[in-house]
Amino acid sequence: MTWTGWAEIAFTLGLSAAAGLPLGLYLARIWQGGATWLDPILGPLERGLYALAGIDPKAQQGWSAYAISILALNAVGFFLLYAVLRLQGLAPFNPLHLGGMHPALAFNTAVSFVTNTNWQAYSGETTLSNVSQMFGLTVQNFLSAATGIAIAAALARAFAAHRGDTLGNAFVDVTRATLYLLLPVSLVFALVLVALGVPQTLAMRVDAATLEGAKQALAIGPVASQEIIKQLGTNGGGFFNANSAHPFENPNAWTNLIEEVAMNALSFGCVVAFGVVSLARREARVLLGVMLALVAAAAAAIYAAETAPTPALASPAAQAAHVLAGPNMEGKEVRFGASSSAVWTAMTTGASDGGVNAMIESFTPLGGGVALFMIKLGEILPGGVGSGLFGMVVMAVLAVFIAGLMVGRTPEYLGKKIEAREVKFAVLATLILPAALLGFAAVAAVLPAALKSVSAHGPHGLTEILYAYSSAVGNNGSAFAGLNADTPWWDTTLAIAMAIGRFGYIVPVLAMAGALAAKPRLEPTAGALPTDGAQFASLLIGVILILGGLQYFPALALGPGVEHFQMQHLIGR
Amino acid sequence: MTLLRPALVLVLALAAITGLAYPLAVTGLAQIALPDQANGSLIRDAAGQVVGSRLIGQAFSRDGYLHPRGSAAGQAGYDATASSGTNLGPMDPRLIARVAKDATALARSQALESAQGSGTASIAPDAVEWSGSGLDPDVSPANAAAQAPRIAAARRLPLATVTEVIAAHTEGPALGFLGQPRVNVLAVNLALDALHPPGASPERRS
Repeated sequence: MTWTGWAEIAFTLGLSAAAGLPLGLYLARIWQGGATWLDPILGPLERGLYALAGIDPKAQQGWSAYAISILALNAVGFFLLYAVLRLQGLAPFNPLHLGGMHPALAFNTAVSFVTNTNWQAYSGETTLSNVSQMFGLTVQNFLSAATGIAIAAALARAFAAHRGDTLGNAFVDVTRATLYLLLPVSLVFALVLVALGVPQTLAMRVDAATLEGAKQALAIGPVASQEIIKQLGTNGGGFFNANSAHPFENPNAWTNLIEEVAMNALSFGCVVAFGVVSLARREARVLLGVMLALVAAAAAAIYAAETAPTPALASPAAQAAHVLAGPNMEGKEVRFGASSSAVWTAMTTGASDGGVNAMIESFTPLGGGVALFMIKLGEILPGGVGSGLFGMVVMAVLAVFIAGLMVGRTPEYLGKKIEAREVKFAVLATLILPAALLGFAAVAAVLPAALKSVSAHGPHGLTEILYAYSSAVGNNGSAFAGLNADTPWWDTTLAIAMAIGRFGYIVPVLAMAGALAAKPRLEPTAGALPTDGAQFASLLIGVILILGGLQYFPALALGPGVEHFQMQHLIGR
Repeated sequence: MTLLRPALVLVLALAAITGLAYPLAVTGLAQIALPDQANGSLIRDAAGQVVGSRLIGQAFSRDGYLHPRGSAAGQAGYDATASSGTNLGPMDPRLIARVAKDATALARSQALESAQGSGTASIAPDAVEWSGSGLDPDVSPANAAAQAPRIAAARRLPLATVTEVIAAHTEGPALGFLGQPRVNVLAVNLALDALHPPGASPERRS
């Protein structure tokens, strides 16, 4: 560990939170239908889309109509992507004549990108043509992010409403998030990434003759345009198999910084916009502070773990050869080292992004274990775009309810009484995740067809299984990549887990939003627990950690926990 | 059925915008304004033949060249159409055995080359542990420094000359604290060849 490493972690996290402020203020205008400086260009396009699709942008939807519209958009998106992947052999821009994906893999990949998970059971450079990358994956990178942002908007309006019965218009929210926010930011920063070295071409291969006379074919393509929205939309599915560890996706410290900031800034921005729209800026500041504190703690823990001695570097033979005992560089790039890899990993697992700049499978047990724990905490630190905000609000609702039970005060949050109906929906949302995750993992841990894909033995193998289902249910998409996930069992069950983790969460959240909207908005009373200070922040952190800890402690203890103590024993400490 | 038309038309229209118009616009602008980066930061020799990309590692095994890190990309390593790490866990016996074997071999060859006097240098972790992409274009300065005596001996150059070439292609962290210092392997090897053309003196082959 060095001071430069700590400075890098602090600077990166600080910059991403700071970038969230202007993005959030701008996003609030988009949610409220306010004027933006892009209106002259995008206004006619937006109105044209509504006319073409027969949408009345003024029409307001109740929670069930809103939810059904979101599901309809996602269903169409799924079928479109599935068709693109299956039929890629017939489409143009396919100079390598790659055939269509087989059904199980196409199903998995389509669900993966529609649910904002972007789990990679495929290897981008050998499986996908440029049409599939652009018209398939990039489209869902935008739309799944816009879906999350739309639901965050609906939830913010629910808190702002006074005996309201509508949450906004799902079609308008998805369209505006895409056109006014994701598209212009991506366009600008895609070009910045190109300037810094990320390729953007319609070619797929370049042939080189190396200095030693060998042939080297370079896989290439429209990387930058996908890379930026992959990060901005907390998608994480890479153009290449090695994801953002690949030098074409992430060639240097500057691209690394931009990609890191992009994957958290918008999630922080959603919290800021929520605070503006629900008239609760002080409370939003608490949510933001909690997110930042926990992701910083995770980054510090991973950094410490990845600079500690490992069995490979500390073995007697390695020590006899004068190998330095750390940092752990297996699976890491020289340009990133332990600190860039640590802060990226904390941000990507905290944010449901899932892109990686180092191979988490090769991390130390504690380093990989912290990444796994971050995903299990529910992808709210700061979470996926939109989904992190609504996940955090669910936690806040639970925290007020629990505090209300403890001290006998009326549970209220942002001027809304929290009663049985809201708490039931909040609990339903938080229970669906562990039920799906642990259920599938338990079956996979004993099923021969599933175990054939597991590459490691003992606790590391268990962690591989746990990580896969956590990543799927949490819609993260990162992996202990030793797992061979392209088999019928894993393709299918992981796709189901991703769909449960996304839609099994969204629907109860929208139902909760509907219930909240219908309530009167009250002025805070002396009897209510204050939710805008350090006291509530620590309560919220406690609820997040205890809930995550209680649900997953046995599994975490048997995976990363056991492996850590085995490792300490092996290197004789 | 009132939802079908909005959902269908909206997804298809947004797909056309985000999946065709947007990436093609970025491609067009990038190809006009930034053709070098947009096409992969390629390096060409005097005859115009592509020798590689500045950003993508390639295999080097001759003694006169700086060697890259180990690679799990493709069967033989450094297959730039099959990026991959080893994905070996920290407790994996295959990893521990591989590092021990490679470290022992490196230490032995370094001891031979430093017989002229620089002593036994310690081995940097990146010299025995493999990268995440399998295409890492860089090695750490410590890794490069440890290889300098071998390169100097093979090319019959003074050690100081090789050290200078390495230093000239060493990049520090951005802003002094973002990322790690690194030495671009292909850039060093091109500079070595320019300084001392490959055919100029017989090279030992490992």
